Amino acid sequence: MSEESFTDPGWLSEEVKTGTTIIAVTFDGGVVLGSDSRVSAGESVVNRVMNKLSPLHDKIYCALSGSAADAQTIAEIVNYQLDVHSIEVEDDPLVCSAATLVKNISYKYKEELSAHLIVAGWDRKKGGQVYATLNGLLSRQPFAIGGSGSFYIHGFVDAEYRKNMTKRECQEFVVNALTLAMGRDGSSGGVAYVVTIDQDGAEEKCVLGNELPKFFDQ
Amino acid sequence: MALSCVLEPALSGFNFENSTRNNVLENGSEEGKIKAPKPMKTGTTIAGVVYKDGVVLGADTRATSDEVVADKMCAKIHYIAPNIYCCGAGTAADTEKTTDMLSSNLTIFSLNSGRNPRVVMAVNILQDMLFRYRGMIGANLILGGVDCTGSHLYTVGPYGSMDKVPYLAMGSGNLAAMGILEDRFKVNMDLEEAKALVSDAIHAGIMSDLGSGNNIDLCVITKEGVDYIRPHRESPYNYKRQAKYKYKPGTTPVLSKTVTQLELELVHETVQKMETGSS
Repeated sequence: MSEESFTDPGWLSEEVKTGTTIIAVTFDGGVVLGSDSRVSAGESVVNRVMNKLSPLHDKIYCALSGSAADAQTIAEIVNYQLDVHSIEVEDDPLVCSAATLVKNISYKYKEELSAHLIVAGWDRKKGGQVYATLNGLLSRQPFAIGGSGSFYIHGFVDAEYRKNMTKRECQEFVVNALTLAMGRDGSSGGVAYVVTIDQDGAEEKCVLGNELPKFFDQ
Repeated sequence: MALSCVLEPALSGFNFENSTRNNVLENGSEEGKIKAPKPMKTGTTIAGVVYKDGVVLGADTRATSDEVVADKMCAKIHYIAPNIYCCGAGTAADTEKTTDMLSSNLTIFSLNSGRNPRVVMAVNILQDMLFRYRGMIGANLILGGVDCTGSHLYTVGPYGSMDKVPYLAMGSGNLAAMGILEDRFKVNMDLEEAKALVSDAIHAGIMSDLGSGNNIDLCVITKEGVDYIRPHRESPYNYKRQAKYKYKPGTTPVLSKTVTQLELELVHETVQKMETGSS
């Protein structure tokens, strides 16, 4: 008789990860953020409709990836800090302020946290901006992708991105990228959430699974 | 103006000083590998569904300790507030204590502010605490309730992640229960349909999982009040004892008997009349 008692399946005790695809792209006059909706714990899907695009302010959103608990908590803390900051300066916060707040937390607690947030939004000074904050770095980029599914679409986004797209082209670009990643990554799937931010505000949209574009599939 | 104070858990709460010692004991010397005692897990199936007028929560009633059933009629649906109930899966002690603390905090809040607590407040407090303890508290909770903003169903994981969904299953039997829920869930069901759905989902968990079993408890929460149905469905296997386990007097032979009188001295006697009201 073996000494080991029956071992629990991984999904009972494993941490809930968002094993994801997230993407943020600037266009002429704003940004478009996109994410999939799958949350996994080991091999089991815990939530198939989670919205990973979290508002930090009216015109600043962030995309969550990595450990679900860590990412949600960072987003909540930065939401609060940004609120206080915008009351103090009596104006809407800048996107780079939001990104710096996220970067500060990610860098200070680098060892303990495992979450990667992409911050994107629109402000009066510099228009649409996208910031990547992986592991405590702060880098402004024309577009950023993150999550486990992003590895499959690096080539696609590098080849297809063009400067100064229109809003429609940008939204299509984001949806196409998400679809391709969800098609190849086991930890991404479900529906696609798309948020478009420009000077008029933020517009949220949900593209259901069967409405996603179809690519070559035997 | 009084601060709306929330009772802080004692600072001496979780003490991780022994974790290095435990590590050494378990992995250290080759001859003496000492295994830590296993905490009692509830190895459970719990489920919740939002229907037209409120929320229906369901749970099985088996608590296991490794392979032995420790409790056949354990209550997994815990009271949080008059309009909020919580099902707990994971380590039994953790879920009990966590829900107790949450309930106390919310009672203090409602006494201070004069309002009924909102479900989202309970979720925020829970998420805060579980994240702070970095997954050391093994509690997987489903919170359901009805407040002034409507009916809500949330789940909070042991690491502090939170999800808001219209139907949910948790625990070791959650895969089977989720199958039933995914198949038959509809928006705005009526009460009987919702109760049947949750009950069947828990039943599927009981049939397909060794850690879940015995009876099914249901809890229906609406704006008007709470209906805690315990048990909703009893297991058809009723374990009746076959014989009495009491020993007959005379089974143990008595060899000798000595009686010692205790000297009691009456020092002081007082009589206090009780106010019985009507006289």
